[in-house]
Amino acid sequence: MTTHDDVVEERRNFLYIATGAAGVVAAGAAVWPLIDQMNPSKDVLALSSIEIDLNNIPEGQSAVFLWRGNPVFVRHRTPEEIARAEADDNAPDLIDPERDEDRVQRPEWLIMSGVCTHLGCVPLDQQGDFGGWFCPCHGSHYDISGRIRKGPAPLNLPIVEYTFLDDSTVKIG
Amino acid sequence: MASDKKFEPTNPTVKWVEDRLPIFGLLYSSLGAGYNAPRNLNYWWNFGVLAGFMLVVQIVTGIVLVMHYVPDVNLAFDSVQHIRRDVNYGWLLQAVHANGASMFFIVVYIHILRGFYFGSYKAPREILWFLGIIIYLLMMATGFMGYVLPWGQMSFWGAKVITNLFGAFDFIPFIGDGIVEWLWGGFAVGQPTLNRFFSLHYLLPFVLVGVVILHIWALHIPGSTNPLGIDANGPYDKIPFHPYYTAKDAFGLGVFIIFFAAFVFYIPDFLGHPDNYIKANPLVTPEHIVPEWYYLPFYAILRAIPDKLLGVVAMFSSILILFAMPWLDGSRVRSMRFRPLSKFFFWLFVVNGIFLGYLGQRSPDDVLALGVTALVYAQFATTFYFAYFLVIMPLVSRMETTKPVPTSIAAAVLEANKKG
Repeated sequence: MTTHDDVVEERRNFLYIATGAAGVVAAGAAVWPLIDQMNPSKDVLALSSIEIDLNNIPEGQSAVFLWRGNPVFVRHRTPEEIARAEADDNAPDLIDPERDEDRVQRPEWLIMSGVCTHLGCVPLDQQGDFGGWFCPCHGSHYDISGRIRKGPAPLNLPIVEYTFLDDSTVKIG
Repeated sequence: MASDKKFEPTNPTVKWVEDRLPIFGLLYSSLGAGYNAPRNLNYWWNFGVLAGFMLVVQIVTGIVLVMHYVPDVNLAFDSVQHIRRDVNYGWLLQAVHANGASMFFIVVYIHILRGFYFGSYKAPREILWFLGIIIYLLMMATGFMGYVLPWGQMSFWGAKVITNLFGAFDFIPFIGDGIVEWLWGGFAVGQPTLNRFFSLHYLLPFVLVGVVILHIWALHIPGSTNPLGIDANGPYDKIPFHPYYTAKDAFGLGVFIIFFAAFVFYIPDFLGHPDNYIKANPLVTPEHIVPEWYYLPFYAILRAIPDKLLGVVAMFSSILILFAMPWLDGSRVRSMRFRPLSKFFFWLFVVNGIFLGYLGQRSPDDVLALGVTALVYAQFATTFYFAYFLVIMPLVSRMETTKPVPTSIAAAVLEANKKG
């Protein structure tokens, strides 16, 4: 049988829990601005973009551009390099399998992030075992399509967002 | 402790203050004649005081360096050069602070290994040990962020590599994806990163002071261990901290300061890296990124495992495993003086740690002795590192036949004196 005391106790417990819950929510609301202030600010987030004149990059050469604080690689690939990249589409040592044609809009232009997916170093051009890039920090080898082939990096060099404005100009971002 | 003397001031002013705020009594019973310590402490017990001294040195020099340093990506590097060249005695203050970090780690490593050897982590000192590990972790964070502030090439790329470690946790829902950008405050290490590191580098030493006070508080509950590892019992086992150990510590401090000064005045850049005298450049990674020497063994462990997440987990585990030591070691005897087999493995562990440090500064593909690469050596050394804690320590401590332990500190000391 429910007595008067039981009702009082139940009501008191409810009040305890409700007060505690409100306190937790309030504390969370107070702490969130302190945490979120560390996230990228609006001026950093405001998407900047850069335009690149491709005429300055001869075939078989790469150029590096700074975009949002990070390097972007633009490589003008030779037909042999494109053939090598496509031939490796089904290579068994692809750690993060991806086809070369899915990584380029135009096969002669490979445009991707220049940040090693392991710990963020800048890989060196035309080095390593696969004719692509080699990260000197911890020994990751990328092929001529920017795919990780050997070493500790888990992912291919990411393709950045870009559009061809015309045949010789590309906009990154 | 019952045998400890009470503080009874004779000076009326001191007495007046003491009646209202017993702060002199607190100092007297913590660091003065009111604190009794085992009579047989050797010089390995000096390093805790030296670590405390280094914390004070770093805070004092750090505060004055901030009066001249500018936390701006365009100005930070030049402001450090300005301190070294133009500021009065800036060359001295900067050298003391930069070398001071290394000195702090040297004395702390010896202090930690002293704890290993003499079983200082064993009951009833587990919480004292935990506080020590927390101090060490805070020191690593503080040292890392401090190294970023001069904004040289090694500062920048070290910061990038270490913050990227947290990218290994991108599988965690909600927070995983943005965690690295949250740390950076942008899409790369940049101005927001430098500013927050500066803020935290200034804050954490004061947090360290707080944890050090807890560490000393926890120390004074059971009192110091001693080289024999047996409990100090009667008054014959102990002597007052002041004047006996204040004098002994002061002598050790003098020797240590000579060592410290040799670096500051003769080879101030010996422990630094030449690349850090090049201004940070986000487009060019240095040939070879190496952390400061005191992180090298852990860096070697990180690289030994060719998987990003597992490498990061191994690196963090290599320090967090210290928390389990009071239970991994099941021996009833504290001091390794009476545990010959444990002692042998302890020294093997020390040599292995130094070897890991050596490997940490080599490139993983370097071919070393016997035609084996640094990577493979690091994998063996990492295996031994973990085996020491997870296999050797639990088994040896429980199976080893220990040598006879003396009945009391006083008896052992008198016995040793008799032999001359």
